[in-house]
Amino acid sequence: MSRRYLAELLTALGLLAAPLLLPHLGLAPNTVNRILVWGLFGIGFDILFGYTGLLSFGQAAFYGTGGMVAAYLLTKAGFPSVWGALAIGMVSSAVVGWLVGLIALRRTGIYFAMITVAIGEVFYFVEFNPLSDWTGGENGLPGVPTPSLYLGFTTLHFTTGWALYPFLAACYFVGIVIALRIVRSPVGAVLSAIRDNPLRAEAVGHNIHSYKLTAFVIAAAYAGLAGGLLGILQAFMPPEAFIFDTSGQLVMQTAIGGPGTLFGPLLGAAVWLSLQDFLQEFLQRALGLGSAWKLVLGLVFVLLVCFLRHGLVGGIKDLYRLATHRRQAEAEAPEEATPIRAASDSMPARAREGDLAAGTILEAKGLTKRYGGLVANSDIDFTVKVGELRGIIGPNGAGKSTFFKMLTCEVPPSGGTIVFEGQDITGKGVTEVCQLGLTKSYQVNQLFTRLTVRQNLTIAALADLRGRFRLDLFRSLEKIPGLQDRVQHTLGLIGLTARADTPVSALAYGEKRRLEIGLALATSPSLLLLDEPLAGMSPRERVETVQLLKSIARGRTMIVIDHDMDSLFELVEWITVLQEGRVLTEGTPDQIKSDPAVREAYLGGVHA
Amino acid sequence: MFTWANFFSQVFNGLALGALLALISSGLTIIYGTLGVLNLAHGAMFMMGGYAGYVVYDATGSFTLAVAGGALFMLVVGVVMERLIIRHFYHRPHEDQLLVTFGISIVMVEVVRLIFTSLSKTVPPPPLLAGITSLGVTFYPTYRIAVVGIVAVALLVLYFILYRTKLGMIVRAGIEDSEMVDSLGIDVYRVFMIVFGIGAMAAGFSGIVNAPVVSLTPDVGEAILVQTFVVVVIGGVGSFPGAVLGGLIAGEIISITSMINPAYAYIMLFAAMTLVLVLRPYGLLGVRGRE
Repeated sequence: MSRRYLAELLTALGLLAAPLLLPHLGLAPNTVNRILVWGLFGIGFDILFGYTGLLSFGQAAFYGTGGMVAAYLLTKAGFPSVWGALAIGMVSSAVVGWLVGLIALRRTGIYFAMITVAIGEVFYFVEFNPLSDWTGGENGLPGVPTPSLYLGFTTLHFTTGWALYPFLAACYFVGIVIALRIVRSPVGAVLSAIRDNPLRAEAVGHNIHSYKLTAFVIAAAYAGLAGGLLGILQAFMPPEAFIFDTSGQLVMQTAIGGPGTLFGPLLGAAVWLSLQDFLQEFLQRALGLGSAWKLVLGLVFVLLVCFLRHGLVGGIKDLYRLATHRRQAEAEAPEEATPIRAASDSMPARAREGDLAAGTILEAKGLTKRYGGLVANSDIDFTVKVGELRGIIGPNGAGKSTFFKMLTCEVPPSGGTIVFEGQDITGKGVTEVCQLGLTKSYQVNQLFTRLTVRQNLTIAALADLRGRFRLDLFRSLEKIPGLQDRVQHTLGLIGLTARADTPVSALAYGEKRRLEIGLALATSPSLLLLDEPLAGMSPRERVETVQLLKSIARGRTMIVIDHDMDSLFELVEWITVLQEGRVLTEGTPDQIKSDPAVREAYLGGVHA
Repeated sequence: MFTWANFFSQVFNGLALGALLALISSGLTIIYGTLGVLNLAHGAMFMMGGYAGYVVYDATGSFTLAVAGGALFMLVVGVVMERLIIRHFYHRPHEDQLLVTFGISIVMVEVVRLIFTSLSKTVPPPPLLAGITSLGVTFYPTYRIAVVGIVAVALLVLYFILYRTKLGMIVRAGIEDSEMVDSLGIDVYRVFMIVFGIGAMAAGFSGIVNAPVVSLTPDVGEAILVQTFVVVVIGGVGSFPGAVLGGLIAGEIISITSMINPAYAYIMLFAAMTLVLVLRPYGLLGVRGRE
């Protein structure tokens, strides 16, 4: 509790102390004010890049839009309130961000980067030409007034230099408080899941497109407000706000400071702007080459990206960790593997409506998948009853994983239908199907690698507790009913309670495998598919995991693919054998064991 | 004022610009396709190739030598850059690759600015290609017609390398699945270095070939980079034919819109990109999964 508002408190203290300390470091008030504007601009960008993993090179578009709208209202339209103009600029920028996001977010990764570059450039041209009557074209909009605050007995005028500082500092403070709320909210948790593993975030039931769009709009809103403040700071709205260099500088400052920290952009801006002032003067005096400052900063940036991967804040954190490492190592007693909890209190699967309880939970008919000329699955009929524990075996290449991918709607079938709990799910998306209660644990681990075990499970549980998409930006994670219990319970089931706050990257392989199952389990599925849950495990881990699977099977329907016959025969009641994309046979483990056709499928035509 | 003569010269302008964009974009797209790195310094390489050629021209007075010098210089720069920096980023996230190439582009631009200042430099076309030629309906600068020819030859050479040599086969296989190529016992890192060099050379070559058309400034690469991105998005990442088709489409859109109102050239280009993204998200000739 005591550390809960530490970041907010330290920010407030820092902002209050800045006017007392910074002049002694030779920082001009105007530089400090510029740092604050860039820092605010960067908060939104950090939510987009640092938290969601979307690297945009077009943020200048929103910075300029917000700034121009506010400046136009104040200088040309005779709008009376500076505060109101800033707010309108911010909202316009957010709306524009939403429209642009609809296009830019059609693709991810490098496509997204390229599209944002192009969009940024378009805004620049639009500002300069078609809209120059409103924006002043290359002259910008001069004469932007500064804000004042009427307090009843006196009026505060925020004019310039240190007199403007309190206004900008207050804006920054509000901005950071809101951003801290957002990153600690369920939405913030989902955003970092998208950064780490978009595929899995989607598969556990989050509508990642809407969340990405949310991050994009938030970034645009912050950019719009910062743009408005830029106009006030300079008493002039410069058209240069729109140029590519603005976007580039924002990216570089954030990378220098440390993405994913919210404060990184402020630190980066402080480094960038004070170095710029210093270098310009120093290089001019020493070499007569004042204009070389950008070259030096460019070199510094390249070196930083090469050697300091998480920026200055990340570097400081690493140093701190190094310094405290020894103490921590002593404190952490060597851990015995936590025994997996007895099966007595298995987590309930989600409640089903009506009395489907006795009937069929899943029915696939004529399921076929062709990749070009290759037929992976051909005309598979497959029925699973509620509460059943089904195994699927088959030689490598029999089409088991493809079959699972079709059932969870990761890939659309070329033919056939899938009915889950009486509902036709053919052609639905993986997110929707997970929300209905059908999910899968992956053959190759798909975890959120930069997060802890607890955070991983939280993300999966959130999808079930909050639905595909919800904009609870200011809600605390702790206030979601049932979340803590669900996470704690899943931790117990998969035997990782003692490792709850360990980052995934520090887990042993067997633990990662269990967490993989835990992710699927935390969405509370009524039908759980497990794609080779025992793959790569040691004999001891296998025994433990079989116990785990038995315990979670209570009150739940499961389908398991595995190559470990002994474990599978022990675990399941009924087995389907796939061969060359078709159902070869079905039966009890004993029947399958003694079936000559199955033996031949595995040994591969000994009679031929 | 619409005249057919004007229209034809704009169509020709579009062809020249489009051919050039096609060549630069092919460099970008084969680098991305093979190495998985989006080179944000590609525009700066275009610019630097132009300046390298300018230096050679200044010293020798020969345009042919200038073109050869600009291209070879960028080949060397590309190889060195791959060895020193890019190589260490293959296993780092895409974002880091974008950041580092972006940083390199700034260093390149600022180095050139430091040496040559921001004032523009001009390289005249070779005497043989100076002047204007009659195209029947209109007269047209001879050199721009030659640009189309020069670039077409360069594209053919690139096509030959990609589709008719062993190296090209490896590169194309690498675009589909570089892990597989690696496990076949081919030294992919050597191939990566060569591909990065070829891509840089394509950019540098375009830079010097373009120098007589548009004068050189340190910032000339930035606009080209943006246009190249649009070309690649339209054509499809990793597709050589896509880059050529996308380049020609982008060139014509820019030129023909400029005839009506230059201010809308970028807006139309962007609209075309949006249309492609909506209708064919992987580009006209792109393949799903190459990203």
